[in-house]
Amino acid sequence: MQTQLGSAVFPRLLRRSLSYIPSILYSLHSLLNLFHFFRFLSNSSPQSQKHKEMASPFLSNTIISFSSSLSSSSSLPRLAPSIPFSAIRSKSTPRRILTVRSKIREIFMPALSSTMTEGKIVSWVKSEGDVLSKGESVVVVESDKADMDVETFYDGILAAIVVGEGETALVGAAIGVLAETEDEIAEAKAKAASKSGASTPSAPPPAPTPAAASTPAPPKSTPAPAAPTVAEGPTKTVATPYAKKLAKQHKVDIESVVGTGPYGRITPEDIEAAAGLSPSKKNVGLAVVVETKHAAPAKAPAASAAPSSLPPPVPGSTVVPFTTMQSAVSKNMVESLSVPTFRVGYPVTTDALDALYEKVKPKGVTMTALLAKAAAMALAQHPVVNSSCKDGKSFTYNSNINIAVAVAINGGLITPVLQDADKLDLYLLSQKWKELVEKARAKQLQPQEYNSGTFTLSNLGMFGVDRFDAILPPGQGAIMAVGASKPTVVADAEGFFSVKNKMLVNVTADHRIIYGADLAAFLQTFSKIVENAESLTL
Amino acid sequence: MHSTLSFSQATTVPTTNYAFHSQSPINLRFCGLRREAFGISILTRSSSGRVRLSTRGRSKRTSASTGNNGTPPKSFDYDLIIIGAGVGGHGAALHAVEKGLKTAIIEGDVVGGTCVNRGCVPSKALLAVSGRMRELQSEHHMKALGLQVSAAGYDRQGVADHANNLASKIRSNLTNSMKALGVDILTGFGTIVGPQKVKYGKVGFTDNVVTAKDIIIATGSVPFVPKGIEVDGKTVITSDHALKLEFVPDWIAIVGSGYIGLEFSDVYTALGSEVTFIEALDQLMPGFDPEISKLAQRVLINPRKIDYHTGVFATKITPARDGKPVIVELTDAKTKEHKDTLEVDAALIATGRAPFTYGLGLENINVVTQRGFVPVDERMRVIDANGNLVPHLYCIGDANGKMMLAHAASAQGISVVEQVTGRDHVLNHLSVPAACFTHPEISMVGLTEPQAREKAEKEGFEISVAKTSFKANTKALAENEGEGLAKLIYRPDNGEILGVHIFGLHAADLIHEASNAVALGTRIQDIRFAVHAHPTLSEVLDELFKSAKVLDMKTLRKMKS
Repeated sequence: MQTQLGSAVFPRLLRRSLSYIPSILYSLHSLLNLFHFFRFLSNSSPQSQKHKEMASPFLSNTIISFSSSLSSSSSLPRLAPSIPFSAIRSKSTPRRILTVRSKIREIFMPALSSTMTEGKIVSWVKSEGDVLSKGESVVVVESDKADMDVETFYDGILAAIVVGEGETALVGAAIGVLAETEDEIAEAKAKAASKSGASTPSAPPPAPTPAAASTPAPPKSTPAPAAPTVAEGPTKTVATPYAKKLAKQHKVDIESVVGTGPYGRITPEDIEAAAGLSPSKKNVGLAVVVETKHAAPAKAPAASAAPSSLPPPVPGSTVVPFTTMQSAVSKNMVESLSVPTFRVGYPVTTDALDALYEKVKPKGVTMTALLAKAAAMALAQHPVVNSSCKDGKSFTYNSNINIAVAVAINGGLITPVLQDADKLDLYLLSQKWKELVEKARAKQLQPQEYNSGTFTLSNLGMFGVDRFDAILPPGQGAIMAVGASKPTVVADAEGFFSVKNKMLVNVTADHRIIYGADLAAFLQTFSKIVENAESLTL
Repeated sequence: MHSTLSFSQATTVPTTNYAFHSQSPINLRFCGLRREAFGISILTRSSSGRVRLSTRGRSKRTSASTGNNGTPPKSFDYDLIIIGAGVGGHGAALHAVEKGLKTAIIEGDVVGGTCVNRGCVPSKALLAVSGRMRELQSEHHMKALGLQVSAAGYDRQGVADHANNLASKIRSNLTNSMKALGVDILTGFGTIVGPQKVKYGKVGFTDNVVTAKDIIIATGSVPFVPKGIEVDGKTVITSDHALKLEFVPDWIAIVGSGYIGLEFSDVYTALGSEVTFIEALDQLMPGFDPEISKLAQRVLINPRKIDYHTGVFATKITPARDGKPVIVELTDAKTKEHKDTLEVDAALIATGRAPFTYGLGLENINVVTQRGFVPVDERMRVIDANGNLVPHLYCIGDANGKMMLAHAASAQGISVVEQVTGRDHVLNHLSVPAACFTHPEISMVGLTEPQAREKAEKEGFEISVAKTSFKANTKALAENEGEGLAKLIYRPDNGEILGVHIFGLHAADLIHEASNAVALGTRIQDIRFAVHAHPTLSEVLDELFKSAKVLDMKTLRKMKS
């Protein structure tokens, strides 16, 4: 592939940059769709015939477009970035060269609604080997809301289907591979083979050897009920329908849960306990139910399994169940206890930063964007702080620097992510941040817009907090807690006093991968960047 | 137009035999009760009753009266005798009286049959409760309306009593309506002993023999229980037991995902149970239009505490005993291999209904049932073993298996009465609506899309499909129940309505505009000018008819040339 570079570089590079255009068009297109849809919604008077053709966008097979991004370019904003493939690419400049290597594109599971986390392939309109042209329907996807035709933005050949009909894939996961020419089909197939291997949860990570290339895509196991091969008897796991649903939702391995229900079955309460959630409201409702003779003995063990060590609630207290967001926070917080963390603090002089802020503020730049940019630039020099530890055995170096910023919203907490914060300039970052916050308020953040962070920033400085301690979110290597910048009397080496603005930053990190010296070096870099704030505008 | 004219003629000159075109049937008065969904009694009990009855047939008294089998009597006790006082028999009896016939109805159990006592009626009471529970439990829904409700609960016995009281009330209404009109209600199991001759009697009492000019069999059906399943009435139950709601299990397996299974899943999940469906076919809700069943699955199954196994038979179900739960053995429908074993708290068998025709004495008139069903022609006339029509004998409702719905039985009964009073009449079954009372409801009339496509291909015409959403309906949005779809399958060349399917709020009440249009042969180009009150749910159908594109004559001519 490298040999093709010589003559082909320029047009291909050009094409690559052009390839962003459809994605922009796509966003416009989807916005337009939404716009039409809402008009359609509000247009309920029977006289309105105008939008008749678009009746029931959720019910008919509407056409929705998605873009399949270049496999080796950075992910388009709307597509989930965390595919295993990205893990093997190096982070810096070589990426551009890699980009032109091949014309194999992955077709991703699109997010068809804001609540969609996974989609089921209803049917492939095209089959392997079919030639596709831009705008054609390729696959019908069923989301939690509707079936939609998904069309391609690229011409090419459907080289391989990774996720077959009737199977489910997470949003952003590759479901098929598109080759540009026939010559690339074999390569695309090899990629598909490694993909489908990786998409099976229990399978080992894709082998780096090209051996995988010759093996055909292993058939992904269908989501059929548990295999009958397991011998019956006491070893069989029995879980109720709702328990299974909850386990899937909270990603609890049902085999690892001990059932406390009648006949040792796993109940929804067992799953909730395993997921660290408070018992559901169901119990409250059932308490009012007049128990029958049949049901009474069955309920008894479940009731006794409830934690008895808790003191009884103070009379008159009200119990307000968690919202979904609060449950997620609770779950993440409990999960964080399994990670050994430590903290390093650092005072940073902010006079230069404050001066810069005053200068760029009229142009719409926010302090959040400045801090995110500074952190991202520091992270670029200390990739280990941007890495994460997934399995307790290895470092996962993230190829992108995605800064998650904690925001309190309506009694909840969410972390919108500024993706590629090191690459975007301050103005774009600020713009992006504004959009994210608006979306977060409207609860319209796409999953990858709040769960793709590689480093988190939490700032309580605006409240006058001088220092605090942040909890490391699961799946990330470090989080930075930023306090308020305050005028402080400092003495220099000669004994001269002066007043400088200082803020305390405190980083919590996963000590399995990030050690004290790493963090200290990172903070030193961060401090230098902030003290020479002009570099942030470069 | 044609049919109205003929109708008035026919009523004034009852002796004339008018052959009606099957596509233009007259106005029919439907009973208004839905599908004959649940059994008369458990099979074992009823069949033993029959056995005793036929043994008694050898007694001297009855043998004397059955001595002249084969020769019809010259004068009759009644003009019409109906065996079975379910919804079908009741509808036929009322219409017969209206037509001036001296009518008797024989009932061996309770008046009202399955529908009123063990079917549609009590199940509606349970579903009314489940609908409200569901609403009260839906915090999101309540919040959207600005309502605050603290934990909703229910009293099982209270719910069960509501269902039982409703059944008693409807039963007494039915009985009184027949008594008031002068229908003789004869108590006991009826058996046909010869042409135009029926005997009836209670177990342990002497039989009476009555004669009638015409006889209608309307004995209905009982829950069908596949072999290998042991029904104990407590933990392994049929709809008969489930409607008594003696127990709300934590986890219930429902075998069969048709109307009955679906409605019970709605009831049980609203009352806090978890449900596992077991369906022999590859798809849940196999009887519905595929698009409707898909949407229904998305709304009625996926978000609820329900899981399912498709493509499997429940080959063995053992009731809970000796400290063990109910055990359900699942066998793959194709490979016939053992697939899985479920351990649940209860199992509801909703695999369909079997005709209740055993012991009817059909052998006395040389009629052989087919899988228990009485063979009939399109006019409900009974066909004997040689393929000949049995004079003066008709069979309606579940017992003939044409369309196992309460109101279909009633319509068939009315059709028969029309015939015996001298006016030929054929019921158009494609105009009979059906409904499933889940939340939201499902309803349909006519053909499903695959059926329509098949017919179109065979007969060489085109079909089109139009759809509207409840999301665009003001009333539905006001109720915060915008989830729903109405679908119309029609012929674009002449505007004929082939099928209408609705899933959404009050779908069961909405279908009648479509079913009446089918029954009366109204075309889309005409019905689309009908006015609907605004804002009402009926505008969903208004929009549906308006969105259908019927080709005008000019385009048609152009296409042909």
